[in-house]
Amino acid sequence: MDEFILTALAAGLGVALVAGPLGSFVVWRRMAYFGETLAHSALLGVALGFLFGINLNLGILAVCVVVAVLLVLLRQYQRLASDTVLGILAHSSLSLGLVAIAFMEGLRVDLMGYLFGDILAVTPTDLYWIYGGGLLVLATLVAIWRPLLSLTLHEEMARVEGVRVLPVQLVFMALVAATIALAMQVVGILLVISMLIIPAAAARAFARTPEQMAVIAALIGALAVLGGLAGSFQWDLPTGPAIVVTATAIFALVTSARGLGAARA
Amino acid sequence: MPAVQQLAMQASGEAPRIRLQDVAVTLGGRSILEDVSLDVVPGRITTLVGNNGAGKTTLLRVVVGLTRPAAGRVWRASRVRIGYVPQHFAVDVNLPITARRFMALSGYADAARWQEVVDDTGVAALLDQPLQGLSGGEMRRILLARALLQHPSVLALDEPAAGLDGRSQGALYRLIGTLRDRYGCAVVVISHDLNLVMAASDEVLCLEHGRIACRGAPASVIEHPEYQKLFGSHLGPDTGVFPHDHHDHSHAHPRRSAAGGGHG
Repeated sequence: MDEFILTALAAGLGVALVAGPLGSFVVWRRMAYFGETLAHSALLGVALGFLFGINLNLGILAVCVVVAVLLVLLRQYQRLASDTVLGILAHSSLSLGLVAIAFMEGLRVDLMGYLFGDILAVTPTDLYWIYGGGLLVLATLVAIWRPLLSLTLHEEMARVEGVRVLPVQLVFMALVAATIALAMQVVGILLVISMLIIPAAAARAFARTPEQMAVIAALIGALAVLGGLAGSFQWDLPTGPAIVVTATAIFALVTSARGLGAARA
Repeated sequence: MPAVQQLAMQASGEAPRIRLQDVAVTLGGRSILEDVSLDVVPGRITTLVGNNGAGKTTLLRVVVGLTRPAAGRVWRASRVRIGYVPQHFAVDVNLPITARRFMALSGYADAARWQEVVDDTGVAALLDQPLQGLSGGEMRRILLARALLQHPSVLALDEPAAGLDGRSQGALYRLIGTLRDRYGCAVVVISHDLNLVMAASDEVLCLEHGRIACRGAPASVIEHPEYQKLFGSHLGPDTGVFPHDHHDHSHAHPRRSAAGGGHG
């Protein structure tokens, strides 16, 4: 097998293993639109990365973290409805990123690659980022698992019980931001949140505990990467969308089977 | 910013665990609470009653530390531990979690305490049920059990009987009284059912427009003109209001419902 295919496979699997557990919390906390907003802001990170000549992953991470903190704080103090704030930030940051890139004369940017992912362009250096960053994200998630689960169940009850809600929320947002930065190259800005949500939603059918759901989501994500890559090579499909379509097919299959099972019961 | 201080406590069971003094809360420029003082004392059930918007929930939030007062003082005993049962509790359908795991998440209980609380609250049969499958009454008992696992010195219950039928409400209030006696914690509870409130309380605080309209033992509060102005005078000694005995709750439930009770 070609080395670039193995690299792509390793990248996809690495992202899936991190996105599953994080995605479970995104689903439980009903933060899909929140994640979408973060993902859209990643393009601004790309633009700033080019502008300041820094590693693009760092640029994306920095912008995502800033937007995440902004979102958490705005949620605490804002006078606008949450979805309004998210809508404004999601689309303004995406547009700002596109405008900033357009202003950079002499710079040829593969915009489609950023928007829809280019897993086949992943380099061994990118793999270090994905696995190093991924391990850090998972280790941090394990460390905050209990308080995060408590405040996911009931924020005020958790606060009374002594959970430091705002720091835990901010750390979780930073983890989502980091995961988006890592996953962006695999499925792109416009599809990245699907890697978080779809495997987690499919995993729900098999899980009896939160931890089981996190692990099964990671496995379903990995299966989607395998299927998407295989389909991409077999039928010359864009890889990012092929991965998402595979994940969606698994979700549809699982949901239908569950529905049939419930109907028979 | 108001002072939130540590209240130096004696070993005495009667010393307050939390003390609010002349507390005021303002939200969005609107006064929600004004000049409210309250001692949260071990072994005492204090019930907050009042109409909608009277400030009951805000007062409970100040007690548990969720809302900071704009004026006044709040003292807390050192190492005070609060068991809080919120009024609304809904779990996302996508979160697979059993009652057992939910209770264990509080993280405080040893095996003996766990068994004691499970027996006292009667939740043994519910432990392996998914939270989403529990009825309102079952969920209240699980929330109560979870709060008790944390060895609370103060139990704060926000309308624990909301949404329950009359029989379940009576059972829940009797359970709260029993738990108070058994664990010796202070209980602050919001209730709309005046009849049940009167039967199961040691002290009633009647709030109106953010101020305390009247307070005292249930039997004296119902005679208070402010209370009668708010709720009418249809509760009496023959409707379940009687001198409260901490150690015998076998009779501590109303004999008939209060017509036109709380609207709160």
